[in-house]
Amino acid sequence: MEYNGGSVVAMIGKDCVAIASDLRLGQQSVGVAMNFEKVFPVNDKLYYGLPGLATDVYTLREQLRFRVNMYRMKEEREITPKTFTHLLSSTLYEKRFGPYFLEPVVAGLTTPTELEPKPKPFISTMDTIGCITTPKDFAVAGTAQDKLYGMAEGLWEPDLEPEDLFETISQTLLNAVDRDALSGWGAIVHVITHDKVITRQLRSRMD
Amino acid sequence: MNAVLQSLQPPARHTNEDEEDAWGYGNLDQRGGVRGMMVPRVPDPAAFLNLHTDSISSNPAAKIKLAHGTTTLAFRFKGGIIVAVDSRATAGSYIASGTVKKVIEINPYLLGTMAGGAADCQYWETYLGMQCRLHELRNKERISVAAASKILSNIVYQYKGMGLSMGTMICGWDKTGPALFYVDSDGSRLKGDLFSVGSGSTFAYGVLDQGYSYDLSDEEAQELGRRSIIAAGHRDAFSGNTCNLFHVRENGWEFIANYDVNELWYEYEAKKKAGASQAQAQKDEGMAVE
Repeated sequence: MEYNGGSVVAMIGKDCVAIASDLRLGQQSVGVAMNFEKVFPVNDKLYYGLPGLATDVYTLREQLRFRVNMYRMKEEREITPKTFTHLLSSTLYEKRFGPYFLEPVVAGLTTPTELEPKPKPFISTMDTIGCITTPKDFAVAGTAQDKLYGMAEGLWEPDLEPEDLFETISQTLLNAVDRDALSGWGAIVHVITHDKVITRQLRSRMD
Repeated sequence: MNAVLQSLQPPARHTNEDEEDAWGYGNLDQRGGVRGMMVPRVPDPAAFLNLHTDSISSNPAAKIKLAHGTTTLAFRFKGGIIVAVDSRATAGSYIASGTVKKVIEINPYLLGTMAGGAADCQYWETYLGMQCRLHELRNKERISVAAASKILSNIVYQYKGMGLSMGTMICGWDKTGPALFYVDSDGSRLKGDLFSVGSGSTFAYGVLDQGYSYDLSDEEAQELGRRSIIAAGHRDAFSGNTCNLFHVRENGWEFIANYDVNELWYEYEAKKKAGASQAQAQKDEGMAVE
């Protein structure tokens, strides 16, 4: 995790979720790129972040793209955040004895169905070999994990509207990475609501 | 009988140690020398220190992490010496502080920079200040930078292999004019015109070498020092936050300013973009004429 650096955070709001990451790619102490996004879309209601070893970010992203596409073709519907979390978890556990060096974070909204008419906003996170946790407030991962916990614990509150959730997650991320040498160098935030996704790049400290 | 006599004797005299305690200040003896520096009571103190701290090699498994990671630079030019440093202290990947004073003001004519162990630099350079003052009183003359740096280099050489970690530049103005020495805990002591020390030093050298000349004006020299620290603060994860700039002239050193690395970086970036678009506009104009 400390080789390339980077952090991801996700938060639950009122009928919305947000997920954000920094943009640094480093080789230990040397910063190499400031446009390395760690959060990717599955569809317009579901995003996931992969902080950790950069080479594994690419490998796992392609692996997941393949598996999600197969799911879509077989099932003829979009994957739900819950199902995606389990798909990701099993993909990680396949490499139990030589794991991907990643700590994924998933954030998404479930489309209401007959079986589940009022689904709640969903976030989850897991360790390198796929042990799932599904928090009701926020999920953090990456080199600034402990600092993110500190900020999120202090700033997050229940039932935030999209604009307030954006402010909360942005301040959480920015202030956490300012105390981490291996994260930072820019930041990007996605706020997912039922009718749109708001994506914004943040102006952050560049040292 | 002897036993009775002995019991009537006055109590034994205090030991030397107690007397010295009464005389000295802190851990200094009557002569102002450092006395009884404590060493861990183990067969190999250096190995013990290396196991538990990251002071000798950067042992990442060490439980005790000392303040590390720095960019410092100093260079000589016709207007004196420029000293510029960053202000970040890290323990592992945690940024422990962003407001560290890495330039130690030894006396009004001498500056020392801090890289490596923060406490080592701070303690020994303060101690060097005391020795320089004593030299002044004894010889009715300010100490030369060469002599001052040699005092420090001789001290750290005595402790070689015991885990001291410092890379410092002693800068000042003496009878011979501006002088700059690099002293480190391995015992190296080098005289030179341009040095940079710390994890970000390679990045600083990149900017420094590209813009350095002995004939720089005061403003140009200060800008070069500043720009080098910003570049290093940007690229190096363990450097940054703010830049402290000093200028040493004939009548002693002067603190120029403290700059936010981030604010200056965005300023430089804006200038770069403005320059590029101007160049592009000129190029387009040239093509249109053709």
